[in-house]
Amino acid sequence: MIIGIDTSLGTAVAAIARDGEILAEEQSSNPLGHAEVIGDLLRRATTAAPAPTHVAIGMGPGPFTGLRVGIATARVYALGRGVPLVAVPSHDGVALGVLLADALTGTETGRFAVVTDARRREFAYSVYDGLDDDGLPVRVTEAALSPRDDLDARLEEHGARRHDATSVSAAMIALAAARALDADRTLAGPEPLYLRSPDVVAAHAPKRVS
Amino acid sequence: MVLMDAPLVLGIETSCDETGIGIVRGRQLLSNTIASSMDEHARYGGVVPEVAARAHLEALQPSIDAALAEAGVTLADLDAVAVTSGPGLAGALMVGVGAAKGLAVALDKPLYAVNHLVGHIAADILDADAAELEYPTVALLVSGGHTSLLLVRDLTSDVELLGETMDDAAGEAFDKVARLLKLPYPGGPEIDRAAADGDPTAIRFPRGLSRASDMAAHRYDFSFSGLKTAVARWVEQHEAAGQPVPVSDVAASFREAVVDVLVTKALDACARFEVPRLLLGGGVIANKRLRDVALERAAAAGVAVRIPPLRLCTDNGAMIAALAAELISSGRRPSTLAFGADSTLPVTEIQVDEDPDAVAPMLPSGSAP
Ligand SMILES: [Zn+2]
Repeated sequence: MIIGIDTSLGTAVAAIARDGEILAEEQSSNPLGHAEVIGDLLRRATTAAPAPTHVAIGMGPGPFTGLRVGIATARVYALGRGVPLVAVPSHDGVALGVLLADALTGTETGRFAVVTDARRREFAYSVYDGLDDDGLPVRVTEAALSPRDDLDARLEEHGARRHDATSVSAAMIALAAARALDADRTLAGPEPLYLRSPDVVAAHAPKRVS
Repeated sequence: MVLMDAPLVLGIETSCDETGIGIVRGRQLLSNTIASSMDEHARYGGVVPEVAARAHLEALQPSIDAALAEAGVTLADLDAVAVTSGPGLAGALMVGVGAAKGLAVALDKPLYAVNHLVGHIAADILDADAAELEYPTVALLVSGGHTSLLLVRDLTSDVELLGETMDDAAGEAFDKVARLLKLPYPGGPEIDRAAADGDPTAIRFPRGLSRASDMAAHRYDFSFSGLKTAVARWVEQHEAAGQPVPVSDVAASFREAVVDVLVTKALDACARFEVPRLLLGGGVIANKRLRDVALERAAAAGVAVRIPPLRLCTDNGAMIAALAAELISSGRRPSTLAFGADSTLPVTEIQVDEDPDAVAPMLPSGSAP
């Protein structure tokens, strides 16, 4: 059993069996309030999966404050259960969902970009192209930021259709983790995908008051 | 109280720039692990919330591991988890709240969401060498994030805010004046060093909110931004006149103004409420001049001063765990899982979101409150 958690857009928690069967899926689409809802969502999901073997966590990109709530919860939940944590780029979860849905309907997906709101007049995007032999989305470009007005031109350069995502499925994060574990692969590093440095400037000389 | 029967609580504190993990058994301190991101803030001249929040996320796991090792206990041994819900920096608080919920759900243990400021008072009960805390007591809490004067009638049920800063916290004022004097961050120890051979009476800087006309509305409130501006103006005028700035005298006179107003208002509260007890807390209590003046003037006023061990005065998780242990011992139920971070949590909310449907943790016989 794998617990999946993602707070890069809303707040989502899921539990899946190792073969991919979804045991529980809990979410709140409120773009704020991650800290308020994550405990109850996690408790409900873990009731359906009382003996998790792994915790899969969406590492972003996403608004930092909310993103960190999910990562903090996942890390310390995993510590409390004594199970390993599996880091997954949140866009991988979205891409996997798109590719599986298209496969079900026999639709040819082609090259596409997962696009999420990065605030400050920017989008975060990652380009994907199909599933590989491990059943994982083929990531053509790593997650990056683009000014809103430039995005379509950039995606055209990549030959990628645009897929705007407004939620991330925690079940797909968990499924991506399961497939990565089966293939003995690592999908993301341990650091959140912030994509931005902290928004600060070094101290300047004090302002004159007289 | 039989110590072995007291609740074993792990406390998580992330309200500012210290990631604090503490473990207590009732009033017994077992570990107090603190990871600070202070060095990362130095080049910005003050705490940067996003930098602090990122550092908390990275420090959590290693700090929890270190605290457990120091205490010689395992997560399975814990009776409860405690966390700071506020006040503090929202993004920083949320890291701790998420972590605490993850831990409580993983262990299926009760979770207590508590008030950071009241936690500073609870630090006092962990002092094994001190006599029992007597009520009521006036508490003066001074740090880089807060400057508050409280009347504590009971740690777990009755804390009243008498006054607080209207602008900068005292610790912030030290940081800002240090920058004016071209001294590094954090300003407290630097001002102290500079003040060591300065004359505290050299310059008479203003005491904020201390005029007779302030007494009606702001008798116990503080304001340090006018003081900071007065120091800036004094320094600028000296520089404009081509005179060297006597850094030691400025530092000593500034520090004296801060200390004077803090101690005067605290002792005024003791007198007015006829409470001969004053508890000091918060990181700025590390300032020796503040402690010396408080002790000297309190003794003259017949007020007994309590100061927790200094490592428990700065922000830490042990004080959060200690407050939760007191709540448990007084029969309080755990919090729900629905609380969030409240950056302006009032001090009257000692525990946040007590769950009316939960049962209070059972304490072994012999440990009834
Ligand atoms: Zn504090």
